Amino acid sequence: MAEPITIFYTQFYDSPVGKIAILTMDNGQDYKKPNTFSDGSMVSLSEALDRLAAESGIKGLMLTGQPYIFAAGADLTAVPFISTFEQGYAVGKGGHTAMKRIMDLGYPTLAAINGAAIGGGLEISLYCKYRTIARSVPAIAFPECFLGLVPGWGGCTLTTKLIGPQKALQLIIYNALSQNKMIGGKEAFELGLADRLYEGAEFLDESLSFLMSIISGETVVERAPVETGEISGLISKAKAFVDARVHGAAPAPYRALKLIEGACSWDVEQGFEEENKALGDLIKTRQCKSSIYAFDLVNRHAKRPRGVPDTKPRPIGKVGVVGAGLMASQLAHLFIHRLGLPVVMKDVKQEFVDKGVAYVRGQFAQRAQKGKISESRAKYLGGLVHGTLDSADFADCDFVIEAVFEEMAIKKKVFAEVESAVKADAILATNTSSLCVTEMASELKNPERVVGFHFFNPVAIMPLVEVIKAEKTSDLSLATAFDLAKKLKKTALLVKDSPGFLVNRLLVRNLCDCIAMVDQGADFQQVDEALLELGLPMAPFGLLDMVGLPVAFHVNETLNHSFGSERFPLSQNFRKLIEAGQTRIYTQGKTGIVDPAVEKLWVKEKNKTFYPEQIREIAINSLARETDLILKEKIVEGAKEVDLAMITGAGWPFFMGGLTMYLDLAGITPKLLQKVFFGS
Amino acid sequence: MNARDVVVIDGVRTAFGRAGEKGYFWHTRADDMVVKVIRELLRRNPKVLPEMVEENVWGATSQEGDQGLTLGRTSALLAGLPASCAGFSVDRMCAGGLTAITTAASEIALGACDIAIAGGVEHMGHHPLGANASPNPRFLTERLVSEDALVMGKTAENLHDEYPEITKEMCDQYSLLSQMKTARAYQQGKIQKMIVPMTVYSKEGWIVADRDQQPRPETTMEGLAGLKTPFRIQGMVTPGNSSGLNDGAAGIILMSADKAAEIGVVPRLRLKGYAYSGVKPEIMGYGPVPATRKALKNTGLTIDDIGAIELNEAFAVQCVVFMKEFGLKFPDDERLNPLGGAISFGHPLASSGARLVMHLMNTFSERPDLRFGMTSLCVGLGQGATAIWENIGSK
Repeated sequence: MAEPITIFYTQFYDSPVGKIAILTMDNGQDYKKPNTFSDGSMVSLSEALDRLAAESGIKGLMLTGQPYIFAAGADLTAVPFISTFEQGYAVGKGGHTAMKRIMDLGYPTLAAINGAAIGGGLEISLYCKYRTIARSVPAIAFPECFLGLVPGWGGCTLTTKLIGPQKALQLIIYNALSQNKMIGGKEAFELGLADRLYEGAEFLDESLSFLMSIISGETVVERAPVETGEISGLISKAKAFVDARVHGAAPAPYRALKLIEGACSWDVEQGFEEENKALGDLIKTRQCKSSIYAFDLVNRHAKRPRGVPDTKPRPIGKVGVVGAGLMASQLAHLFIHRLGLPVVMKDVKQEFVDKGVAYVRGQFAQRAQKGKISESRAKYLGGLVHGTLDSADFADCDFVIEAVFEEMAIKKKVFAEVESAVKADAILATNTSSLCVTEMASELKNPERVVGFHFFNPVAIMPLVEVIKAEKTSDLSLATAFDLAKKLKKTALLVKDSPGFLVNRLLVRNLCDCIAMVDQGADFQQVDEALLELGLPMAPFGLLDMVGLPVAFHVNETLNHSFGSERFPLSQNFRKLIEAGQTRIYTQGKTGIVDPAVEKLWVKEKNKTFYPEQIREIAINSLARETDLILKEKIVEGAKEVDLAMITGAGWPFFMGGLTMYLDLAGITPKLLQKVFFGS
Repeated sequence: MNARDVVVIDGVRTAFGRAGEKGYFWHTRADDMVVKVIRELLRRNPKVLPEMVEENVWGATSQEGDQGLTLGRTSALLAGLPASCAGFSVDRMCAGGLTAITTAASEIALGACDIAIAGGVEHMGHHPLGANASPNPRFLTERLVSEDALVMGKTAENLHDEYPEITKEMCDQYSLLSQMKTARAYQQGKIQKMIVPMTVYSKEGWIVADRDQQPRPETTMEGLAGLKTPFRIQGMVTPGNSSGLNDGAAGIILMSADKAAEIGVVPRLRLKGYAYSGVKPEIMGYGPVPATRKALKNTGLTIDDIGAIELNEAFAVQCVVFMKEFGLKFPDDERLNPLGGAISFGHPLASSGARLVMHLMNTFSERPDLRFGMTSLCVGLGQGATAIWENIGSK
């Protein structure tokens, strides 16, 4: 399981200005398996530094990586085995001790950042006196806070001392908590992380020349003085940002704030000591373990979905979309954007069709305006969408997906119409969020061609696609759906044809609890705030507003009919809002202010007092029970799939590890069900 | 159209490495070596702005893999030259580089462009000579050439047969001198100036390729005498008196004389004329003799007008034949290869032409008393290539 060990190789170059040591970090793999630092790497670094100490007459050192990669940080495969403060502290101390020796070398040292430098990979560069960076470097980042850690091998201390707290916060806090945003070589240079920016073509040659000119005294590197600025203001602003992201549910970013603030006054030694303590406190936490688990799920497990038939997928040359509403238009755009395929979009009224086509073209025009594609390319791509009122235009489509109103009768009619128009072997997909796919296919001549293909809103951002195998879905249809999802760069998950499938079933179960609590006396805001503190990306009623009341009510109805009122009750108050044509709970644009119309219509059944802990307990216990049922019903392969789906379909945070990891580690599953989900 | 004067302003090359896993460049791409040369040429000549370069012409014997896909175009793009710079590749085996130079020069002479970069590259580690070639069976079934013609070492043995008076000892003596001249040139720092150091990847860490891997200053006559003759039992051609297998890239900047004056760069050489000529493939090493006669005739000069000769040393015997045919003094004529030649430096096929031009530039800059010089190579399958140059700095 451990990563290949990154070795530090030493070479000596007799340059015109004297002997230069070249230290190369290389794990012997290609750029797809980047350098990482394990205990073995730290031993190799120490040995390399011993070799340097034994060599006389060294005038300078250049540290660099293997081709295209500098280093991607610590080898995290050991994290699950760390359970005490002392172990975590030792991880920090070990890294500091090995790397600090670079700082103590008595000659100019240069880190030539030739490729991705992430986490510990970026940290080691900070121990050199100078840095160069290639314009072509795609990824510079401190992802630690995203993974339940802090940059604890000098990252918090040295970054703050090098570029000041404001920019350090940008890298360590803001970028990490914005979907782990990575910056490129040019941005990193502008941030002050490097002293020189060079083209990729001759990057190491120019870096060596730079080092030689420092050694000869020809170049004296000058840096703008570090602005400490109004540190408490910067920190409180950053804390507000962290609160909005994790609502106090993840300790790491808060600890990083303390380290950055401290680094403005501590010396390096004290900063390193505080980093060690932070790692001691953090590595053992549930949030850190969950994050590493989630990272592995998304980056490894998701690439090999379970249950894909071993059938060669059907080639897709043209796509049909039934419907031209917002969802349908997003799908049409995605197919063109990712696959460059022509798309036929059909609806029942010309104005709907025109609106959908205009949306797709507008998306490409926007990309052109942002300079991401050329005007001519935007025109070409926009020209790939064709609007129609006639199903006959689907005749040459290989894959037709429907995204019409969520009503079985309508969906069946649409499929019958499409089937009569398309080729005998065309695949029909439905983007239904809760209806039975088997029933939808039941009256077709070829029901085996039907597959569920359920996206999540907003389509461009949420990675998940639930692939639904109906009773008669053929291996070819299923294999094609998985292949297509992969080409669309989506995370596909095989889900059983069952009401609400996976993600919506869990979210609606949660929504039903929340509505019931409001019915019994809780406030909308109170419920939202209590649940946000779990670390959820969106509060339940905020999410409800985004989805829209009618859509959510519809799914609620479906689940109520299938699973009954005990788990999925239909609130009379909720029904009243729908009947009154209400689409939102909160006033548009004003978060946290309940629409007066809602206040008026909603008649509370009781006047019970709720406490935040109680709200969370009710909601979480229901989720645990529903997850248990889902796993027993084999809706998905196992607990990992539940977690992957909640992360990629509902945006649940890494530090919760999706859902089951949280339920297990927070002790909910053991207490409630006397077991754990892990491994099931 | 009247021909315009074409001048060379500068040249540079990578170090020449040994081909194969022990060579510097085993993990380095040939096109990256070309890119290095192009960028260094522009760095050394800041008055030649990237957008002024209109043509980028590269010779390469193997035109596939990292030397494929129209290397002249790909390397222009990879080097960061603007999209407006055109480029193409040529092949005349060992004379690929010289052919790139004379072709680019001809474009300039006819006014097709003003400034060009031209040179050659060969990564013989990645592309052993003829590795993926498929010779037409008719060559052998119809006896168009003898089997020997496809093995360069055997053609050198054949040349010995044609000139029985040239002994193995003479060739070894010539080779020893080549090594000694190179060692002296290195000591005087003349070679280092022409080489751009390149940081190259190895499995034991990045290293800097800043000097040629092949020269053996420790060479002795005794050592040479003991080497095997791999091409013929009791033969005369040994690894010691031939050029070896190498990786390297070399290029020069050419422009019209008017353009040089306009942008204020110092022209070094003026192309006086050139000629290519075919000979029987079995004795390909004879090629420089007819090519040189033709080039002299074209330019109205005689061998006595030529003060400096850069002759590629594919094999020592081929050089001794040339000396004999043109009355040069054996074993060491001061006009011939004063810095040594391919026997010591190595011969990454298509790159050698540009190296010869650089050596001639060096000689001319030291010897303003010389007016004309030449660069000449023999070519596999029986050709010779000769270009005659005028020393612009001559007095």
